[in-house]
Amino acid sequence: MIEVEHLTKRYGEFVAVNDVSFRVGEGEIVGFLGPNGAGKTTTMRILTCFLPATSGTAKVAGFDCFTQGLEVRRRIGYLPENVPLYGEMRTREYLNFRAKLKDVPRSARRNRVEDVIEKCGLRSVENQVIGTLSKGYRQRVGIADCLVHDPKIMILDEPEVGLDPIQIREIRALIKELGKTRTILLSTHILPEVEMVCERFIIVNRGRVVKDADMSSLRQRSTLLVQCTAPPAALKEVLQGVEGVKDVKVSDSEGVSTATVDSRGKDIRKDVVALLAAKGWELREMSSRSQTLEEMFVEATTQEESK
Amino acid sequence: MKKVLTLTRKELGAYFLSPIAYVALTVFLAVSGIFFWRELAGQEGAEASMRVVFYPIGFILMLICPMITMRLVAEELRSGTIEPLMTAPVTDFQVIFSKFLGAFGFYVCLLLPTLVYAGILKYFASPDIGPIISGYIGLLLFGALLISLGLFISCLTRDQIVAAIVSFVVILILWALGYFGMVAGDVLRPALQYMGMFEHLNNFIKGDMDTTDIVYYVSLTVLFLFLSVRVLETRKWR
Repeated sequence: MIEVEHLTKRYGEFVAVNDVSFRVGEGEIVGFLGPNGAGKTTTMRILTCFLPATSGTAKVAGFDCFTQGLEVRRRIGYLPENVPLYGEMRTREYLNFRAKLKDVPRSARRNRVEDVIEKCGLRSVENQVIGTLSKGYRQRVGIADCLVHDPKIMILDEPEVGLDPIQIREIRALIKELGKTRTILLSTHILPEVEMVCERFIIVNRGRVVKDADMSSLRQRSTLLVQCTAPPAALKEVLQGVEGVKDVKVSDSEGVSTATVDSRGKDIRKDVVALLAAKGWELREMSSRSQTLEEMFVEATTQEESK
Repeated sequence: MKKVLTLTRKELGAYFLSPIAYVALTVFLAVSGIFFWRELAGQEGAEASMRVVFYPIGFILMLICPMITMRLVAEELRSGTIEPLMTAPVTDFQVIFSKFLGAFGFYVCLLLPTLVYAGILKYFASPDIGPIISGYIGLLLFGALLISLGLFISCLTRDQIVAAIVSFVVILILWALGYFGMVAGDVLRPALQYMGMFEHLNNFIKGDMDTTDIVYYVSLTVLFLFLSVRVLETRKWR
């Protein structure tokens, strides 16, 4: 549904997006991650036809974002960063206005507006002036606007900024619910959020894609923690001998050595237990831990910087 | 066309939801009312024509129009609402044209109550209707130019105050050109007087409707609308 190829955006000398390529398939919920200034918002603005790219192509639903902007804009729901809204309008009035702008036919408009007011929990503020709404409600008005024309593709730029934990949970549930029937590209800084909501994630840093992977790849990159009574050097040597082990880190304290073993997803617990028993070392703890998105994020974004 | 209507209605509505509309209306009606009384209604043996009222009205509108147009695009740029606006399926032209129509609609709302003056005049005397009609047509064309010019300048900045001041200065220059025309030599006089924006309004007020004057206002209005669309487009390229 979203195809980005060799996308580059320059602001004068500054390269905001540098040769970015990725795809988002139909029905996918993809997390679009990266540090501040990585080029997330710029990429999203190009996808929503707000900015043209310097070079490269972006296609949404088969339409080119530059030459067929109107067709693209008809098919997407976009929640811009910080959710700018007309402060002087009332919630329902605003949604009605947006529905008209987005070609919702007259006969369906009333129902659509009612529907999004219900879905986004705006019933209690439907006649309130937007300028007086709290941050949480403004965010919801933005999401309601995004949904009012029932788009198949949604592009959300940091939908949970400024919300309290309860509201974040509500928004997360809403996005999950919406994702059942829609394609969603979601940018956020809350990584556990992505782990819970998305099936795939793309990490960008300094305008480049540094990671594009499925959530399941995190589980493959699990590490094994082994704690036993053994001299650190000897433990390291033994563990490195196990088939499938790529990397071992050992530390010790008060006669107990702790090893972190990276076996690239291969289950080596049985072998390790057997070996330790053979050596006569006493096993204190053993646990398998999948890599968190946060670790992957830090790894992917700092690698780039050290280059 | 439907979208232009939707956007225009929103634009016009925004005026009446902000204090600017009421300030502008009050100031305009108070000042034009004072002139109507001083020059016409309260004057013994005054000529039964709206001429003496149209001049000050035109002048006040020159001062008020920058206040009407300053927020049109500058506010969208400042608050960021330009982003949801331009990512909705609307064209740059639709946005600019409906902003123009919205502001022009408000301008008409300013002028409408002054019809009462004409009514009073008609009730108590027998004025020549022709010059009154041509005067109003002139004021409408004059306003279209003032508004398209202000709209263009509002596209250039995200600061409303800057937009208002620059519009005001440009309007002042266009007005002064005609004024300089009066004191200029024989060579420059016709050129300067043609460029001055008030000179053409004069002709309408006198009841002299000439295609030259219509072409002047319409062509400049179209020019500024065209430039506004272009500026809105170029925002994307920076």
